[in-house]
Amino acid sequence: MKHWLTTTVVASALALAFGMASATAQETLDPKAKQGGAITITYKDDVATLDPAIGYDWQNWSMIKSLFDGLMDYEPGTTNLRPELAESYEIAPDGKTFTFKLRSGVKFHNGREMTADDVKYSLDRVTNPKTQSPGAGFFASIAGYDDVAGGKSESLTGVTVVDPSTVKIELSRPDATFLHVMAINFSHVVPKEEVEKHGADFGKNPVGTGAYKMAEWTLGQRLVFERNADYWLKGLPYLDKITFEFGQEPIVALLRLQKGEVDVPGDGIPPAKFQEVMADPEQKSRVVEGGQLHTGYVTMNTTMAPFDNVKVRQAVNMAINKDRIVKLINNRAVPANQPLPPSMPGYDKNFKGYAFDVEKAKALLGEAGHPDGFETQLFAMNTDPNPRIAQAIQQDLAAIGIKASIQSLAQANVIAAGGEKNGAPMIWSGGMAWIADFPDPSNFYGPILGCGGAVQGGWNWSWYCNKDLDVKAAEADSIVDPAKADERHKMWSGIYGKIMEDAPWAPVFNEQRFTMKSPRMGGDDKLYVDPVHIPINYDYVYVNDVQ
Amino acid sequence: MIAYLTRRLIQSALILLGVSLITFALLYLLPADPVRQIAGRSTTPQTVESIRQQLGLDQPFVIQYWRYLTNLVSGDLGRSYIQRSEVSELIVARLPASLLLMVGAIVCEVIIGLTMGLVAAVRRGTATDQALMVGSFVGVSAPQFVVGLLLLYVFAVRLGWFPIGGYGTWRHLVLPSLTLGILGAGWYSRMMRSSMIDVLRQDYIRTARAKGLARRAILFRHALPNAILPVVAMIGIDIGLFMGGIVVVESVFGWPGIGQLAWQAIQRVDIPIIMGVTLVSACAIVLGNLLADIVAPFIDPRIKLR
Repeated sequence: MKHWLTTTVVASALALAFGMASATAQETLDPKAKQGGAITITYKDDVATLDPAIGYDWQNWSMIKSLFDGLMDYEPGTTNLRPELAESYEIAPDGKTFTFKLRSGVKFHNGREMTADDVKYSLDRVTNPKTQSPGAGFFASIAGYDDVAGGKSESLTGVTVVDPSTVKIELSRPDATFLHVMAINFSHVVPKEEVEKHGADFGKNPVGTGAYKMAEWTLGQRLVFERNADYWLKGLPYLDKITFEFGQEPIVALLRLQKGEVDVPGDGIPPAKFQEVMADPEQKSRVVEGGQLHTGYVTMNTTMAPFDNVKVRQAVNMAINKDRIVKLINNRAVPANQPLPPSMPGYDKNFKGYAFDVEKAKALLGEAGHPDGFETQLFAMNTDPNPRIAQAIQQDLAAIGIKASIQSLAQANVIAAGGEKNGAPMIWSGGMAWIADFPDPSNFYGPILGCGGAVQGGWNWSWYCNKDLDVKAAEADSIVDPAKADERHKMWSGIYGKIMEDAPWAPVFNEQRFTMKSPRMGGDDKLYVDPVHIPINYDYVYVNDVQ
Repeated sequence: MIAYLTRRLIQSALILLGVSLITFALLYLLPADPVRQIAGRSTTPQTVESIRQQLGLDQPFVIQYWRYLTNLVSGDLGRSYIQRSEVSELIVARLPASLLLMVGAIVCEVIIGLTMGLVAAVRRGTATDQALMVGSFVGVSAPQFVVGLLLLYVFAVRLGWFPIGGYGTWRHLVLPSLTLGILGAGWYSRMMRSSMIDVLRQDYIRTARAKGLARRAILFRHALPNAILPVVAMIGIDIGLFMGGIVVVESVFGWPGIGQLAWQAIQRVDIPIIMGVTLVSACAIVLGNLLADIVAPFIDPRIKLR
């Protein structure tokens, strides 16, 4: 879903809290950019809703960011937090009260000025169960969340409108990730009158404060964004118009890009054409590569024999030849040895993990009482390249005597099997793998490795639950003081190190991102692999052929 | 005629009811939990239960199905889980494109199929005949995905005669219609050939020849109108064939019809859309067959409706 790049900077984010400098919105304008022009972006699938409280896929995530704004945002192309609709903010010493001062003169696309009431309304709305927001859980630390989520109240007691330009948010516990939460789409500000006018169809009639406004949406065919002439950040956006065309297979999109009809193929370079494109210097020069906060892993169900034995899980970790799998996908990834991806704070550079060692793996299996191996099942999603990767893992496991039959299923069915207690002994996570919602180490823990996720229908598919680590995680997340950010990250490194000792996962690789663009596209390369904007940062890119 | 129509309409309604029941049951049995899909990965059990109740998915199968049927009667196909819009709205938005594509495909298959069959029958036993029949065999057996990509590559990418996918002008329509029509053209050419050969053997053709009519007149005035009848009667049945084909062809060419909608919904397990498109397709197939049966006696007086 959401991707982030570059080593980051929660530290600097937190430094902001204490008034330290960071690039302001105005400073990030590109002097070389000229306003004007239009671009075309293609996608295979229709875009789902553009309601910020509901949209939660990598395709609509970035579009929503261009139509709406939140209190916080990131500097373009980075994971550095900065205020957006908030002009400034203060955090109380106990880390539980955040006071945001709003920017003045910000208008919704319908012409009305945005106020603190809108911020409160948007937070009440996203947490209200009637909204059916997939992001409601992110706001669980706000005081009064439980009453709203439980249907007992319609209003978060923790969110107070101090005056039209000031909003105060009180938390029920210190939460080091809260500023990130104020930057995710689910917290973006919506106008009450428009939501009430359109009801459940607000997502088809989006009205926000963003750099673009929606001009046309022909279902199944095209979506058109136009520049918001009243945007609060003068000079932005650069483009007059963005047309998204739907129903275009990636291969067709690439052909159209080569003919100059398309500027960015939203679904990326089709795997079958990847080597061909990269072998052509002209085309390769228009491909931008970047990292993303993603890890692909194999889960082993720790409640199912023989994976209830840590030695078996460690043996699997040693049996998988990750370099070969990375080659199999044309080097579009780097091998992984821990849950966190390299660009995530808390990633342990010195951690060695389990080296590829077939003999040692066999020995461990013997010690675990399975000298001749055993039979099991490996679940995988049925779209390329996942079945091929599953086969490679199957072969690696066969080398140490584990006979794994592959269950290749539609995504929703694999997710369903993983959420059943005895549903899936092993799952290759490809196509469903965890991509961070925000660049903070805690985001890789709770739902996928913590006890909270090890429930019916949860995402902790290895059903790993270590109560001690849950306590340590809560401790780490209560450290809001930016001066202690390093200490907090070290605590998280320790937590993931302990997890790897227990080996509920075999981390396999961290995917890289490749975005291709037309020759006329301008702007810094980092905008094309922007960690929060997939495929590109629509607000900041421009075209070079504007007169 | 009215009694026949009434009976057929009742039969059709029963068929559609059966289709809806089977599809609903199959989708109900899927392991994927739609509530989890809506609730997302960072949700709480509380939210999940609340959504389940709001959607009525905590009710037993029979009640869920009954509710679906009663909504259906009032034209309500439900709301998409992923796209979060009314399914009927999504289908209505896409239906014209699919119908246009089908008309295009019918034109293609009739023109190509009949011409090939006619020429093959007239040149029966020659190399031309054999070549045409091999061609028709290829047309029938080639996967539409491959045909589509091939046509796209040659005529759109290499030669640049047509746009690479998309929708809007007649030029966009040509390649997808051709791809969808090639399968039917293969069938029609074979049917046309045997029908024509059959007609050419008839006494009245011999009489026409004996009285010295020109070859062209015999072919087009006497033989063709008779040979063409059984072929034309098939067009209604084609609609069923197309419903399968459009899923592939629309995906290859980026044609914004209901086939593409169905394919996206299947991949994302968006149950209300799968259900809606299946029902609409079933309707089209049933209507197509009904139309073919009703039209048949007008084309060929030997057929009687009973």
